[in-house]
Amino acid sequence: MPRQLPSSAHPFRLPTGGRIDRSRTLTFRFDGVAYTGHPGDTLASALLACGVRQVATSIKLGRARGVFGVGSEEPNALVRIEAPYAEAMVTATTVELCEGLVAFGLPGRGRLPDGPDPARYDAVYAHCDVLVVGAGPAGLAAALAAARTGARVVLADENGELGGSLLGRGAADDWGARARDELAGFPQTRVLRRTTVFGYYDDNYLLALERRTAHLGAAAPAHVSRERVWRIRAGRVVLATGAHERPIAFADNDRPGVMLASAARAYVHRFGVAPGRRAVVFTACDSGYPAALDLAAAGTEVAAIVDARPQAGLWAQRARDAGLPVRAGHAVTGTSGDPCLTSVAVRELRDGEPTGPVAVVDADTLLVSGGWNPTVHLFSQAGGTLRHDPARVAFVPRECRQAVEVVGSAAGAFTLAECVADGARAGARAANREATEADLGHVLAPPPDPDDIGGGAPPVPLWLVPGPDEPRTHFVDLQRDVTVADLRRATGAGLSGVEHLKRYTTAGTAHDQGRTSGVLTTGVAAHLLGVEVSALGTTTYRPPYTPVPFAALAGRDRGALHDPVRVTALHDQHLARDAVFENVGQWKRPWYYPLAGEDMAAAVARECRAAREGVAFMDASTLGKIDVQGADAGVFLDRLYTNMISTLKPGRIRYGVMCRADGMVLDDGTVLRTADDRFLVTTTTGNAAAVLDWMEEWLQTEWPQLRVHCASVTEQWATVALVGPRSRDVLSALAPQLPSSSDDFPFMAWRDTRVAGVAARVCRISFSGELAYEINVPPWYAPHVWEAIARAGAPYGITPYGTETMHVLRAEKGYPVVGQDTDGTVTPQDLGLGWAVSAKKRDFVGKRSHARADTARPDRKQLVALLPDDRHTLLPEGGQVVADAPLPAPPVPMLGHITSSYRSTALGRTFALALVRGGRERVGQRIYVPVGSVLVPVTVAEPVLYDPEGARRDG
Amino acid sequence: MLLIPCPWCGPRDEAEFTYGGQAHVPYPRDPAALTDEEWARYLFFRDNPKGPHAERWCHTISCRRWFNVVRDTATNEVLAAYRIGEAGPVIS
Repeated sequence: MPRQLPSSAHPFRLPTGGRIDRSRTLTFRFDGVAYTGHPGDTLASALLACGVRQVATSIKLGRARGVFGVGSEEPNALVRIEAPYAEAMVTATTVELCEGLVAFGLPGRGRLPDGPDPARYDAVYAHCDVLVVGAGPAGLAAALAAARTGARVVLADENGELGGSLLGRGAADDWGARARDELAGFPQTRVLRRTTVFGYYDDNYLLALERRTAHLGAAAPAHVSRERVWRIRAGRVVLATGAHERPIAFADNDRPGVMLASAARAYVHRFGVAPGRRAVVFTACDSGYPAALDLAAAGTEVAAIVDARPQAGLWAQRARDAGLPVRAGHAVTGTSGDPCLTSVAVRELRDGEPTGPVAVVDADTLLVSGGWNPTVHLFSQAGGTLRHDPARVAFVPRECRQAVEVVGSAAGAFTLAECVADGARAGARAANREATEADLGHVLAPPPDPDDIGGGAPPVPLWLVPGPDEPRTHFVDLQRDVTVADLRRATGAGLSGVEHLKRYTTAGTAHDQGRTSGVLTTGVAAHLLGVEVSALGTTTYRPPYTPVPFAALAGRDRGALHDPVRVTALHDQHLARDAVFENVGQWKRPWYYPLAGEDMAAAVARECRAAREGVAFMDASTLGKIDVQGADAGVFLDRLYTNMISTLKPGRIRYGVMCRADGMVLDDGTVLRTADDRFLVTTTTGNAAAVLDWMEEWLQTEWPQLRVHCASVTEQWATVALVGPRSRDVLSALAPQLPSSSDDFPFMAWRDTRVAGVAARVCRISFSGELAYEINVPPWYAPHVWEAIARAGAPYGITPYGTETMHVLRAEKGYPVVGQDTDGTVTPQDLGLGWAVSAKKRDFVGKRSHARADTARPDRKQLVALLPDDRHTLLPEGGQVVADAPLPAPPVPMLGHITSSYRSTALGRTFALALVRGGRERVGQRIYVPVGSVLVPVTVAEPVLYDPEGARRDG
Repeated sequence: MLLIPCPWCGPRDEAEFTYGGQAHVPYPRDPAALTDEEWARYLFFRDNPKGPHAERWCHTISCRRWFNVVRDTATNEVLAAYRIGEAGPVIS
């Protein structure tokens, strides 16, 4: 049984304050223990209130870690959520507490949930005049100023509440509340809470992730998507992304109880939580002082303010006046505790080196403020450049070619008044208006700023406090367990650029993407290398700003909606015959039709026998069909096909091959001339769209003077192939008007007639070498015609067949399939289709390439058949072909590879097609195919193995 | 995601388009008259500038028109878009 705490056990909850709802209590479990919190808490604030100091352990060293930050900058408090929803790895600071939450601390690495994710994810587009990112004081001011001009405004903020640093800050919070209320009144303004803008791309295209239901817990409505990706195109962007406080590298700076000073303040103000009972504050700028004063006001004893600056200024006076001990010119040199913080070591700092005696100060909390890093990630992603501002000890935005402006502390402005004025001016400017006092009204009047005491002391750069031992516990990246010692090893190995240091040490590559560690890494590295921080710069910030679940990026494009599934008009007929389907592009095509007890080989053998000996039929509707019309259609097709098309007579059909300009086969198929100015072109199933694109490209870009139009008619026709020596008998019964003799209806001709009472276009085309017909009808009549063929064929044992049988039949005849027997390096001549390449035409696309030295080489890979010595050995498709046995020492010269391989009932043996170097010269020779450790002997043969005389096509 | 100004439809997301490589590389008037090297230059050689680059795009999932764009390959800025047969802008 887990240990139970009383529900009132909030030892660190302050009696008042915070934006939490104390009237309601939420129960949750962490690491198996039951706790309580309030609506408005995050998991981190609730754990702190309950006195839970250690939340997780670190990834490489297994060191105890506690809550360090307050938002998405958190590097330590990684948790896995098990209920009421599943999350593999999130930060406790970004999990809004809900009833029944079950979470576990992580050892630095997440674990995927076992079951599938039942939630729905979605995506939505937004277009706006002004996108404001961040709803702190600068962002609120910018959004208001823009909205008041009537502009379409989107304001996105990653927190559950707008307000940023104002939240819970008394009078300042009231200012924020008025801004929030006013924004809600603009119909053209969209406010997105819990929405993190995580990517900034070209032309002001930004992606944001909205978390819609996690905070509702089990009460989340099922019809609402859990998370939603916003794809936003903005006229102008105002980045009010704030700043993150940065830590300082000193010994054991990772112990639970060590926390960013700004985070500690936020826990007091927003959540009514005291971070500890007795605190030491270590600061290199003024920010440590208001944090110390706030904590003291909240009842935490402040044991010492340790200021690295010898001259601490006005703030130090304030603190002393309030009775807080200040040690200027000192530094924290280490911490103790097992594992949570119990004391802090303090020494004097002289020229960056600790000197003099060590003072040990008992404390359970150590607040750290090494200065501020403007959150420039999105600006940097937008292509913006940064510059180092030595006065602020910060990298601040310089310039960007995109329509973007950075305001507030993200731009280096650190007083509330500056942030608000900056934001308001930028917001108005973004909406193409100059701000006026009248427009902006109370926006320009900033809220009272308790931190503005009318003067402060400048920050100092303080990255590293050396000693007392090797800097193996001086952490620069808490989440990756990267220490100063690791950085020293990297610089010692000769690395001197931050990008290299990052990759060598992994600093800045974790969940938090360097929010706390990035600039610190630069600072420490600059110190180690003895160069200026400005010379090193930062690493390149890339999307995503915060981790984005793949499920959210996939949205609805998963499962059945991942890619369209295309089925033919005869799909129900195939289902009724228990077809096994294969995917051909997006199409579902019957692969074979097994009878009870049959495996695939038996079914295919039976289907092949029916086609060769009796009659069989298949659904050929997926072949691409393009209607090519216009006075110049013949000229046009002559230019694209390797053979002559314009001489074709209406009523006749010709096989044709298309090449790319480099002479390689693009596609093949048949061309029907349907009128003097009209052709019906067929393509391979997978290439239908590509061939139409190809035709349109040439027509638009090279031959706009040709009077030709193309249209896809693939789905306007359903096609049934009727194949075999008895096919004429079956068709005669269904199409009495159709001439039955080959004299009146010859091979490679088409006729319009009626089949089973339906208007049909019947072609004498054979992809099997047998007497065969292709019957084309409007798709809505296809089931009727299919069933009529089945009935009429029943006396002859008609058999439906699938794509596997089609492949066996065509391979027995040596007919190549583009994309299976070709790979973009194969010419028509390589395939033995030289007869289909016109020598007479002055030009066609690809012709010049056929005369290139490489293309005309006699030892190119050519399509041949391979016959294994053992008639039962089925060669693997993709298998390599070699000349010699036993294999010579590597590298073994490869002659080519197997492109198709089948068992043939008609031949009574297995066979393969292969592309083999100088293959036609090798006909009759013995070569080898390595299969595992065995060399299979095979004989090279002409590719047409069945009926080479072509005696069977007329029945 | 670029915002590409289709000369027929107006500005649209890059995802609606397909890229067609360098523009103004015409199919040779008489390929048979070219040497192997000249033909290979047409087939295989294209410019790869850092800076303005005239290139072909097709608005595949909308009007299906091919047109030309001048894009700065260093900044991804689209500097011009014009129809097939129209003269390109002079980019200094």
